[in-house]
Amino acid sequence: MGALNFITTTLDLRAKGMTMMRMPLTVWSWFITAILGLLAFGVLLSAGILLLMDRNVGTSFFVPVVVVNGQLTAHKGGSPLLWQHLFWFFGHPEVYIAILPGMGVASQVLSTFSRKPIFGYRAMVYAMLAIGFLGFMVWGHHMFMSGMSPYSAFAFSVLTMAIGVPSAIKTFNWLGTIYKGRVRFYTPMLFAVGFVSLFVSGGLSGPFLAQPILDIPLHDTYFVVGHFHLIMGVAAIFGIFAATYYWFPKMFGRMMNEGMGRAHFWLTFIGTYAIFMPMHYLGMAAHPRRYSQLTELAYLHRLLPVQQFMTYAAFITIGAQFIFVINLFWSMFKGPKASDNPWEATTLEWTTPTPPPHDNFGGKTPVVHNGPYEYGVPGHTRDFVMQTDPATGSKH
Amino acid sequence: MSTLTPNSAVRYPRASDAGGGTPPTFGGGGDGEGGGSNGAFNYGERLRRARLGLVLGLTAVIMLFVGFTSALLVRKGLPSFDAQTNTYSRDWVAINLPWALLWMNTVVLLLSSVTMEFARRAITRQAALAPVKSIPGVSLGDETKFPWLGSTVVLGLGFLAGQVLVWRILVEHRVLVNSSPGSSFAYLLFATHAVHLAGGVIALLYAGAASWLLHKPVEAQRIVVDVAAWYWHFMALLWIYILVLLIIVR
Repeated sequence: MGALNFITTTLDLRAKGMTMMRMPLTVWSWFITAILGLLAFGVLLSAGILLLMDRNVGTSFFVPVVVVNGQLTAHKGGSPLLWQHLFWFFGHPEVYIAILPGMGVASQVLSTFSRKPIFGYRAMVYAMLAIGFLGFMVWGHHMFMSGMSPYSAFAFSVLTMAIGVPSAIKTFNWLGTIYKGRVRFYTPMLFAVGFVSLFVSGGLSGPFLAQPILDIPLHDTYFVVGHFHLIMGVAAIFGIFAATYYWFPKMFGRMMNEGMGRAHFWLTFIGTYAIFMPMHYLGMAAHPRRYSQLTELAYLHRLLPVQQFMTYAAFITIGAQFIFVINLFWSMFKGPKASDNPWEATTLEWTTPTPPPHDNFGGKTPVVHNGPYEYGVPGHTRDFVMQTDPATGSKH
Repeated sequence: MSTLTPNSAVRYPRASDAGGGTPPTFGGGGDGEGGGSNGAFNYGERLRRARLGLVLGLTAVIMLFVGFTSALLVRKGLPSFDAQTNTYSRDWVAINLPWALLWMNTVVLLLSSVTMEFARRAITRQAALAPVKSIPGVSLGDETKFPWLGSTVVLGLGFLAGQVLVWRILVEHRVLVNSSPGSSFAYLLFATHAVHLAGGVIALLYAGAASWLLHKPVEAQRIVVDVAAWYWHFMALLWIYILVLLIIVR
């Protein structure tokens, strides 16, 4: 229902003048995310229903012959691999469902705080569409260990590596946006830059795992844990933090504390790398994942100091989150009053009073005249032009 | 002075390019119920929006059945391990469905789709004539009002009752949900379709309530009936698909 709401609103309830190519990249990212959700969750539901039937009414969709306490159960003929296929057909798009909104937020924040238009707006849109499209064709790369045909593995491998192309387009466009910008390093910007950093660091190990010959030795090791958490887990969370610091003034009418924000960022950023980068090393040293007891295996003994280091880093990183929580609630009541547009941003939400009235625009319909990233516009008194500023000259 | 992107043209998106429509209205909630920019209710836009929402919702339903279909095709081709003989063999056995009753249910469902379409057309006509009827002194004569919507509900419930009968016959013949992979899928597909169709019946009852209890204007009723009708037609189509699938794989 959420996806349905997002898509319908985006397609049919845009403001006057808000063409698709004038939408902020945040909206594009949520729009594409909603499409992925709409297509992926139905398949997960089907798999979930089949699983429930296997567990509760004795069917054998996924359960093969099972012996429990020396007795054959009534199940036979099901395939756990069928479950894996259905699950990962949902599971891989789900990765993009988690990361695409972060990409949109990062684009928004990087442009605003670099005081430059986003580099290659259309390319960013098409790259997100390509990532969403390709995301439905690569689920098999989670299953290279399942004994699938090498030809299938090759196809999944090539398609997976193809996602590197739109991902690289986005990364270089983010760097191009910052390049030679008059960068304002406020907390939202720090987290957006952190997002790009984590996306690159976590993403670079993707092509390793996309190749069956490398994935097979690395798959059940900490290498995958490090890759996954950098690119999807923490990068997505950095997107959430960037969005929270960025839109907090609009939501609550007060600014968040900058000092606490910076402390939160640096401790989380360094802590994240301290937790997850060593995991790649552990993985290459054949340290298995999903083991609860590590002290019984002799060959893992020499790796225990790395585990201890990661554990300390995790405690410190968790502790840093309390700074965020305190900042959030303190600023909600005691933070300095925010102006209507404290970041000098251009998009529609910054044209409303802070905090916005119940219907957002106070009964006055906004009309859009410009793109969403009009920063550093030559000839203007300010270095930004709101989307609602009327046309000032050029005819197109 | 100029901006970096084309700025002068305020493009008022048209319905035909799937973009825009009027902006959100104010004071009446976010669904445009409060009226258009000229203060009048804009039911045309609301209808278009509701239909778009329906198409998206049906996309999710399609994906659910795509999941079931792919699972069925894969499961049918899988060998099953026989622990007694240590051999692999296909465990897919054809199941005997009560086809006569299923075809009768199909006829009932298709008939309900026809009555639903008549209901949709009738209320579309009423909505189109509503502004004319509101002019004092204008009378268009009384249309004969056949209860198409009620007929659809009755036929829909009849279909569901027929499906219950199918399941009872299957149980009597010891074809249970866990008897074989084929029977598992048959029960699964029938039940999932029935749940969705029951949702359609609820939507129709709401459409009726909108008319008689909530006293909504005929244009608002038309939106509910129109969307319910397309949903209902989709359910009929989905049922045909399920039957064809079961015929192919039996």
